[in-house]
Amino acid sequence: MVAKFAMDDDGVVVVIGSGAGGGTLANELAQKGIKVVCLEAGGRHEIRDFVNDEWKSFSQISWLDKRTTSGGWRVAKDFPNLPAWIVKAVGGSTVHWAGASLRFQEHEFKTRTTYGAVEGANLLDWPVTLAEMEPYYDKAEFKMGTTGTNGIPRLPGNNNYKVLAAGAKKLGYSEFHTGNMSINSKPRDGRGACQQIGFCFQGCKSGAKWSTLYTEIPKGEATGNLEVRPNAQVLKIEHDAKGKVNAVLYADNTGAMHRQKARIVAVAGNSIESPRLLLNSASTMFPDGLANSSGQVGRNYMRHMTGSVYATFDRPVHMYRGTTMAGIIRDESRFDPRRGFVGGYEMETLSLGVPFMAAFLDPGAWGRDFSSALDAYDHIAGMWLVGEDMPRETNRVTLHATEKDKFGLPIPNVNFDDHPNDIAMRTHAYGRGSAVYDAVGATRTIHTPPYPSTHNLGTNRMSANARDGVVNKWGQAHDVKNLFVSDGSQFTSGASENPTLTIVALAIRQADYIADQMGKREI
Amino acid sequence: MRVLDKRTRLNRRNFLKTSAASVAAAGAVSGGMVSIGATPAWAEGLTAIKPDAAKTLLVMVRDLYPHDRLGDAYYEKALASMDQEAAKDATLAGQLNEGAVALDTAARKLGNAPYAAIKAEADRVAVLKSIETTPFFRKVRGDMVVALYNQPEVWAKLGYEGASAEYGGYIHRGFDDLDWIKDA
Repeated sequence: MVAKFAMDDDGVVVVIGSGAGGGTLANELAQKGIKVVCLEAGGRHEIRDFVNDEWKSFSQISWLDKRTTSGGWRVAKDFPNLPAWIVKAVGGSTVHWAGASLRFQEHEFKTRTTYGAVEGANLLDWPVTLAEMEPYYDKAEFKMGTTGTNGIPRLPGNNNYKVLAAGAKKLGYSEFHTGNMSINSKPRDGRGACQQIGFCFQGCKSGAKWSTLYTEIPKGEATGNLEVRPNAQVLKIEHDAKGKVNAVLYADNTGAMHRQKARIVAVAGNSIESPRLLLNSASTMFPDGLANSSGQVGRNYMRHMTGSVYATFDRPVHMYRGTTMAGIIRDESRFDPRRGFVGGYEMETLSLGVPFMAAFLDPGAWGRDFSSALDAYDHIAGMWLVGEDMPRETNRVTLHATEKDKFGLPIPNVNFDDHPNDIAMRTHAYGRGSAVYDAVGATRTIHTPPYPSTHNLGTNRMSANARDGVVNKWGQAHDVKNLFVSDGSQFTSGASENPTLTIVALAIRQADYIADQMGKREI
Repeated sequence: MRVLDKRTRLNRRNFLKTSAASVAAAGAVSGGMVSIGATPAWAEGLTAIKPDAAKTLLVMVRDLYPHDRLGDAYYEKALASMDQEAAKDATLAGQLNEGAVALDTAARKLGNAPYAAIKAEADRVAVLKSIETTPFFRKVRGDMVVALYNQPEVWAKLGYEGASAEYGGYIHRGFDDLDWIKDA
């Protein structure tokens, strides 16, 4: 029985967003008997609605509301109004994520201690350690059915992986395999095994890939404690005279405004929309935005050092067959400043179909140099490079000075400049990526610049001390004790791993904390 | 390994109506060899883009994304999608028609001939380079990289199979059939 809560029910927890953070938190709370209203800006598209067509799917599920960009990053030039490639739909970006589920390494929770003072970087240790996170990583992996954990076999490698693995072996890399993927290799949890469809980014048509859309959310709804409202764009979080949040103002798809009362509010709108909402919720009491006494809301925006290497071979590869992220080389994710940079990076296979390959291979390029690469499309293997980027105060989400959305609220601007460490890492990663393919006879390698950001992190970061960040070790706002941040924006630093597993682990942990604090009447 | 037959099939439904003749001639790549005098049927079928502009734009789009094994029909179809947009947007229609004229002007300056009449691709590319920063060029480039490569008929030519869920994915259709790496 799906719950329906009244607008004036001030006993509910309002969760804003239904992705890895919000969707998981909503279900975890509902399982504990806590009443939850989950507000999702996008629509509810079920598995049957997904399409194996890159542009059609892009129009269907992407967050396309206008945003602006600034700074020296290439995305600002290539995609000035699309800084991020994320999802606006129930399930959030777990609809289009590739499924990679990697734990952070111990030192990645202690970057300031491990890396020292890096000039131009705003490094800070997490107020959480790997040891504290391990039980929650266990729970997250079990929940998501991550391959290579809990006795779940890894997925079989596809053609794209075979090329990567052969190159890795020739180079002497030691840790490469088909990954820790939250994609069923065998039927599990009411969902079938991967059919090697490809199109992981377009919504998994078999449901083998974990997404909150068809796991956490229906499970939460089945408890009778969770109501999910799609097409609910939150505009403002309101507070009482004591500075505790007490309601959320949102617009439905007809433009009608609603005010949902709340005992607790958890923000999980991804790292651009979450800080934007806090900034747009400024009031007389909080003139610089909600939870922003540190001035850190919107700052330290991270998007991972990224890039891709595509290589052409004289024999066919058909990289698009099977899982999009079909394997990983982990050797370069270690901390080893002898390489000329701090932090590390992962090398993960990636494939794009012809439409996206044309759009993203080298945005803006034309002529024979470009088209000849596409002529060899079925002979191409590809990998994505994803590594830790440096948090910087000046890399930030701000409210646009003049441009407003259809509700009259300022749209977000995303300013980003690569740190020299990011550039040194990218150069190294391009070189190693090419070497992997050269080792198996590549005839041409292409270094593809970053796509619009899929890993958006850090804009409401965790800190031990209230002056250094926005939330504490539980994701609870330093300034407002019944306000939480539950998405990747709470990351203190980005680590080299794909962020979803950590977002889910933090959400499970946060649910325990919220339930405990509610039980003690602390919030 | 399961590889694909990339030959053009003439009986595809939904293919550009005017394409039959073009596809028949697909073996001979037109590019700069488009005849300047006559107005081809596909160009007359456009609404907002004028026939002369259409002929110039066709060569331009071929030069932007040259694939010698693709006949003109694929490029014409891509242009037709931009024409549909221009039919609803007078500003765009003006930009395209005027842009084609400006391209010819630039071509006469550098090559002493209208754009489509310049014989060598390298010479036409030099003309395109000279207008690379104009809004017209950027619009055509940006729209065409989507419209050209978003055609299932082009995918087949490039060895991409498109949607796979309805065929049961690739689990039994070659996701791991790569056979040229030993011990892979």
